[in-house]
Amino acid sequence: MTLPQRTVQPRPHSGAFDAAECETFLVHEARLLDEGRFDEWLSLFTADAWYWVPSEPNQASPRDTISLIYDDRRLLETRVRRLASPRIYSQEPRSRTSRMIGNVTIEEAAADACTVRSKFQLLEYRRESQRIFGGTSLHRLIRGDGGIQIVWKRVDLVNCDAPHEGLVVPF
Amino acid sequence: MTPITGDDIRALVQPGRVSRRLYTDPDIFDLELERIFGSAWIYVGHESQVKIPGDFVATRIGRKPLLLVRDAEGNIQLLHNQCAHRGSMVVASNGGHTSEFRCCYHGWTYHLDGRLKVAPLLHGYPAHFDPKNPEFAMLRVPRVASYRGFVFGSLAEHGPSLEDYLGFMTTSFDDMVDRAPDGELEVAGGVFKHTYRGNWKLYLENLCDAAHPLFVHQSSIDAARQQSDEVHSDGSGEIAIRQMRQNGAPYSFWEENVGIWTYPNGHSFLGDYHDDAKLVAALNDPVFRDYIATMEAKQGKEKTRRTLEVRRWNSNVYPNLSFMSQFQQLRVVHPISVNETVVHTYNYRLKGAPARMFENTISFANIVNGTGSLVLTDDLEIYTRIGLGLTSAGSEWLEIGRGYAGDLPAEHGGRRGKNSTSEVYIRNMFDAWLGYMANDVGTEGTRATAPQAVAEMRQ
Repeated sequence: MTLPQRTVQPRPHSGAFDAAECETFLVHEARLLDEGRFDEWLSLFTADAWYWVPSEPNQASPRDTISLIYDDRRLLETRVRRLASPRIYSQEPRSRTSRMIGNVTIEEAAADACTVRSKFQLLEYRRESQRIFGGTSLHRLIRGDGGIQIVWKRVDLVNCDAPHEGLVVPF
Repeated sequence: MTPITGDDIRALVQPGRVSRRLYTDPDIFDLELERIFGSAWIYVGHESQVKIPGDFVATRIGRKPLLLVRDAEGNIQLLHNQCAHRGSMVVASNGGHTSEFRCCYHGWTYHLDGRLKVAPLLHGYPAHFDPKNPEFAMLRVPRVASYRGFVFGSLAEHGPSLEDYLGFMTTSFDDMVDRAPDGELEVAGGVFKHTYRGNWKLYLENLCDAAHPLFVHQSSIDAARQQSDEVHSDGSGEIAIRQMRQNGAPYSFWEENVGIWTYPNGHSFLGDYHDDAKLVAALNDPVFRDYIATMEAKQGKEKTRRTLEVRRWNSNVYPNLSFMSQFQQLRVVHPISVNETVVHTYNYRLKGAPARMFENTISFANIVNGTGSLVLTDDLEIYTRIGLGLTSAGSEWLEIGRGYAGDLPAEHGGRRGKNSTSEVYIRNMFDAWLGYMANDVGTEGTRATAPQAVAEMRQ
């Protein structure tokens, strides 16, 4: 796999973030995931980013407690490369997903960075059955050379501690 | 329904193959709950989950909801989570600390050991009703026993002791506990729960299967091999990627370097697969160096060397437990229906070890047992596909004959494969299965000893 160039971000801005700009970015990210453009999704993350889906409500750390997903940048790249593999049997047939993003608020902002909180609902259809996921996302965003970038992303599923079938498509 | 006789059952298991009905027939599933889960020793928790009197945790045997409790005298109790009055589940939480159990329906209240303490309006009942009768209680599971902190329960009044039942597999538990510098483990780090639409037996049948990774896990093997090690990692991804690459070891490795051992009562372990030098605990890893130094300071050099040279991958305790002593992981397989299974996985902290060792355990759990793992998700897909495949009226028989002609007797009453790709561990589980299931005339007590007899008969 060759990692793609950074995609052109909508609405190039500079300086402080506002909620509308963040929402546009989150909707863009959701679209990349829904359309299976995982390489482009990966390119949104910084070179030392992490992506975290805790296994418990209010989980304090990914280090002393298991996580549904906890990827440093190296493992996130491997995850995305695997998603492109024709031998990924847990994605044969492929899932189709549909995400709604809402309730976007800026939790904390610095001059060129902010933490954004949002809600999502995700429908995943695969092999004659449909699952629904929902929860809260936190994104730490900065302005990079090619546009907004994700420093870290945390996704808290409402049912994070339920028994799940395999979770393959990222949230 | 016509009763299933012992002869019916015996006709379903032949040398090197088994009937598809074992994975699809709801009547056989019900019989498994009664005869296997109704008598075998089943893992129900760890003593560290109920440290002091009043601590309790929800658990189960088969589909029966139970409570593991430390009672007022400090004894471990295993209670049916059911009120003696109208049958309501008394405790709805996953665990906690309490001085008594009170049913929320009419206030029937129980001691920590299950005895009825008090109930309102105890008048006007017919003659059979006696609140002092031990049957008016949250009933105790007949037998509970621990091995080095691991607690098992048996729904049968009689049967072999836990240590006799585990046999040589006690050494795999020893391996896990001995790796703790202070000689003790504690459950920590949360519980993965995953589910698949397939039969419960498929899970353990996969865990010592040395021939599947090259196919099932090809996507993660390829992705990990292509991954640049120059890219930033905080350590967790590095552990995961090393594990995925190791899954890509060629057949020659599995056939020449790795062994599989099986024992009476359906147990087995896969050996030699990884060792400390290949994985998380690489000898040049500063965390592991600290750990070895701590072990040597507390236990001496010689004992440390002997402990760390034990190399086992998955150890399977029939019917539904699999653990990994080197990395302190344990999975419990819960049958839900003939075609639905839930698996809970746990981690154990090595008491007295450097904190970073447990961080490695967590990273390892995420890739090996994680619901969103790049590896386990493909295994779950296979279990579900077997469930789907068996809905067709294709072949009556499923093959478990790989390596059949090469099985060898082993020490401690066991049988081993010529090498790790043998399906001897599946055949061994079905010997145990037959012992429980075909015994349609015996008592519960004799059922539990039967698998060993069958295994010996086959040798």
